[in-house]
Amino acid sequence: MISNEVKQRLISIVGLENYDDSKAGRLVYSYDATPQFQSLPDAVIAPRNTKEVSEIVKICNEHRIPIVPRGSGTNLCAGTCPTEGGLVLIFKHMNNILEIDEENLTVTVQPGVITLDLIKAVEAKGLFYPPDPSSMKISTIGGSINENSGGLRGLKYGVTRDYVMALEVVLANGDIIRTGGKLAKDVAGYDLTRLFVGSEGTLGIITEATLKLIPMPETKKTMLALYQDLEAAARSVSQIIANKIIPTTLEFLDQPTLEVVEAYAQIGLPTDVKAVLLIEQDGPSEVVERDIKKMEEICKKEQAVSVKVAQSEAEADALRTARRSALSALARLKPTTILEDATVPRSEIAKMVKAINEVAEKYNVKICTFGHAGDGNLHPTCPTDARDREEIERVEKAFEEIFAKAIELGGTITGEHGVGIMKAPYLEWKLGREGIAAMKAIKNALDPNNIMNPGKVFAKSTRKRVVITR
Amino acid sequence: MTTAKERKVMQQQFKERMNEDELMNCMRCGFCLPACPTYIESGFQETHSPRGRIALMKAVVDGLIEPDEDVERTLNMCLGCRACEPVCPSGVNYGHLLEEARDIIQQNKKYSLPVRMLRKAVFGGLFPHSHRMRTITGLISFYQRSGLQRIVRNTGLLNLLPAQLKEMEKVLPKVPTLKEMKHRPEHLPAQGETKRRVAFFSGCLMDTMFMETNDATMKLLQLAGCEIVIPPAQTCCGALHGHSGEKSQAKELAKRNIEAFEGLNVDYIITNAGGCGAFLMEYDHLLKDDPAWGERAKAFTEKIKDISVILVELNFHKKGLKLPSQVVTYQDSCHLRNVMKTSAAPRILLQSIEGVEFREMKDADRCCGSAGIYNIVEPEMSMQILDYKMEQVKETKATTIVTANPGCLLQMKLGIEREGLSAHVRAVHIVELLLEAAEASGFTVNQQWQMPEHIRKTS
Repeated sequence: MISNEVKQRLISIVGLENYDDSKAGRLVYSYDATPQFQSLPDAVIAPRNTKEVSEIVKICNEHRIPIVPRGSGTNLCAGTCPTEGGLVLIFKHMNNILEIDEENLTVTVQPGVITLDLIKAVEAKGLFYPPDPSSMKISTIGGSINENSGGLRGLKYGVTRDYVMALEVVLANGDIIRTGGKLAKDVAGYDLTRLFVGSEGTLGIITEATLKLIPMPETKKTMLALYQDLEAAARSVSQIIANKIIPTTLEFLDQPTLEVVEAYAQIGLPTDVKAVLLIEQDGPSEVVERDIKKMEEICKKEQAVSVKVAQSEAEADALRTARRSALSALARLKPTTILEDATVPRSEIAKMVKAINEVAEKYNVKICTFGHAGDGNLHPTCPTDARDREEIERVEKAFEEIFAKAIELGGTITGEHGVGIMKAPYLEWKLGREGIAAMKAIKNALDPNNIMNPGKVFAKSTRKRVVITR
Repeated sequence: MTTAKERKVMQQQFKERMNEDELMNCMRCGFCLPACPTYIESGFQETHSPRGRIALMKAVVDGLIEPDEDVERTLNMCLGCRACEPVCPSGVNYGHLLEEARDIIQQNKKYSLPVRMLRKAVFGGLFPHSHRMRTITGLISFYQRSGLQRIVRNTGLLNLLPAQLKEMEKVLPKVPTLKEMKHRPEHLPAQGETKRRVAFFSGCLMDTMFMETNDATMKLLQLAGCEIVIPPAQTCCGALHGHSGEKSQAKELAKRNIEAFEGLNVDYIITNAGGCGAFLMEYDHLLKDDPAWGERAKAFTEKIKDISVILVELNFHKKGLKLPSQVVTYQDSCHLRNVMKTSAAPRILLQSIEGVEFREMKDADRCCGSAGIYNIVEPEMSMQILDYKMEQVKETKATTIVTANPGCLLQMKLGIEREGLSAHVRAVHIVELLLEAAEASGFTVNQQWQMPEHIRKTS
C-alpha cells in the first residue's frame, strides 16, 4: 500500500500525469507475456529522467515499496509481473537514442528505446546490432538488457550481454553509478556491467546503456532444409557445427509449430514434413556461398528431403518473421501456451529433442518444439488450458523432467528467457545451494531492503528434484 | 456515473456474454502494440492498446475489476480499426470482443433524455430508412444549392459550431437533389460481353450523400463486363449500429439485407465502402446465435467482394488506362484491409494507370482517425492521428489522395483543409479516379443509367 503522503511526494517528482493508481491503469500493468501470472501494482509511475528515477527509488527504499521496472512487458518468465505490489516503473518518456558514435562504433540509448528502432537507426549508418529477440518489434532495450535476451542471430553473434559496454544504474539507495565505458579494454575493478545484464531488475534500475556495434555484414543467404525425421534434423545441427561452420542462424521448427505458423503467416511453409531447419549465413559473398553449399550437403547427407535457398531478401525476411511468430502462433491451438527454454550444449541437441518427445508421451501432453537449435536453446511449448488443473499438473511435471534432463546433459534451465518467478523454484538445480547463497549475498549487499523487483530469481522454496528413471 | 448496482449488472453480463476462449486466446505477447494507432498516439499507454483492452475485458469477466468509467473510457478510445488482428499470430478476433463489450456497456447506459432521443432517432429512425436518408440529404442539397450555404458561411453562423463540425461542413461533398436520389436503377446491363452477374450493395450514405461514387462504381462494373442487379429492398448495413453498441438493431438490418439479396442468382455482391463491406462480411458472426439464419448469412457473406477485387479479377488494370501526369498515394480503408483482407487490388489498379506515379506513403495501413463517427466523438485523438497521417501524405508530394471508404474520404478532405493544401491536393474515392481514367482513355458506358426525361428536366 502506498500512503497518501508518499503518493503526494511521488507526484511532486513526476507530475500528476505521470502517476496512475486508477484500477484500470494498474490492471494493464499487472501482467507480462507469461501465462498464469497476474498481480496488481499499487501504482504505475513514468519518470522523465535519471534524477527522477533516483528520487523515486529513495522514497521507495525509505518506505519499503517494491519497484518493478518494466519495458513493453514481453518477457516470458513473469519477470515484470508485480507479484508483491508496489510501483511499476515505465520508461515511456526515457526512450531516446542519445548518440550513435561512428568513431568508436557504439550507440548510447535510454532504456525505453524499442529494440528494432535501435537496429534500424544503426543500420541506416551501415552498422550492425546483432541481438534480435523475436519480440524486437515491441520489446525495449532496457528489457533486453535486464533479461539478457538472445535471438535468432545468437549462434554466431552472441546475446545482449556481448554488446553491453557501459551502463548507468540507479541503485536501491538512490545512488547513480556508471559502469564500463566505450572501451575495448577495461579491468578497473569488478565487471559490474556484466553483473547488471540479466539481473532482471533485482539489483538496480538501468537508466542508460552504451552498446557495441559492428560493421554490417556484406551479404547474407537464407535456406530451409526439410526433414521427415526430427532427430535427423537435430543431427544436422550438430554436424554443421562439428564441420566448423558457425551460421548466423540455425533454427528448428517441428511439424505442429509449422502448421500454426503457416496458418498465421501464409507464406507457403511446408506442413507435410516432420521438421525444418531455417539456416542463414552472412559475411563476404564467397564465404556465404561456400558455407551455404557445404551446409546443404550436410543436411542432405543427414536425410533432409529437400533444401531450398530463398530467392530474395523478401522471401528470407518472410521466413524469419514467420519463425519469430512461432510462440504466439502456437496460442492458436489452446487457450494457454506454456513454453520453456531449456538449453543444452549443442552437441547434445539430438538427445534433447528425443528426450522432449519421450517426456511428452510419458505425461500424455502435447509439446511442440521450435527454437535456436544451433546454440542448443530449444523452446518446447505446451498448448494447454489453465482451467484444466489436472492437465496443468501433468504439464508442470513434464517440464520439470525436461529441466532435469537438460541439466543432466550439461545444460541449463533457461537459455535466454530469464528466471523471474517461473523458473525460480528450479534455479538451485542448476546452481546448487552454494551458488544460490553467493548470488543472494550480492542481492543483499546491493538491495538490503529487498525493494528491487522482489520475489524474482530467488524462490521461497526449491522444487524437489525429480529423479529420472530412464 | 454508474452506481455500484449498475456496475454489478454489467459485470454479470460480461461474464455471460463475453467469449472466454477468445479472451484467453490472447497470450499477451504484445505483437499488436506497434500496430495500434491509439497506443502510439497516447505516448505508449498500455490502457490504450489492444492487449490492455483485452486484459481489461477479461479482468471484468474474472471479477478482478468493475466495469467503471476508466474501463469504458479505454474502450471508447479504441478506433475499432482492427489493425491489431492481421498482426496477431494467435488470431484473436479483437473486433468481435470490442463490439460485444461496447454493446453491454451501451445497453446499460443511462443517457439523458435528449441523448436517448437523438440516438433513437439516428440509429432507429434515420439510417435504416432510405427515404429519410434521402430527405436529410435533400435538405443538405437545398442548403448547398439555394445560396443558404453562402449566407451561413458569410455571416459567421458556423462559428457557433464546435471547431470540428465547422471544418466538417466545409468538406461535405456536393450532394444530389431529392429527385435525383429518388430515381435509382435496379438493373443495368454489362458493356459488351457479360462476364459476371453481380449485385450491388448501394448503402445508405453511399446512395445519398455519395451518390456520385455509387454511379461511378456501377459504370466501372458495366465497363468491366458485369450485369448489375440493385435490389431496392436492401437497407443500411448496420455497421454504425454494431460499432456503437446497438447490436440488436444491426441484426435486424442484417436480416433484411440477407433477404433482399437472396435468390438473385449473382456471382458476387459488390461493395464500394470498406466499412460497410467488412460489416456485411461478418453477418455470419453477427447472427451466430440465430440458428435459422446461420446458413443464409454464410451464403451471403461468401459473396461479398470489394469493387477493386472484381475489377482486378476482370483485368480492368490491363485496359490501358491513362491520366494526365500526377503523383498519387493511397490511404487504406482499415476495414477493407484488416477485415476484407483487400490491400493489393486497389494498388494494382492505381499502378496500372499510365501517367500516374504511385507513391506509397509511410504507414498507409494506419487508420486516418475517421473511424465511423470517431472523429466526432473523440475529436482530439482523431485530429492527432490525422495530423500524423497528413505528415506522411506530404512526404510523398502526392497531389491526389485515393481512399476506398466514404469516412476516410471525408477525413482526408478534412486533412487537406486543415493543412491548407486544397489549392493543389485533392482526395478522391478510388472509383472516381478510375472512372476519370476510363473516360479519359475513351471508355464510356453505352447503356448507362439515366434518369427519366421528365425528372431530369425539373431537377
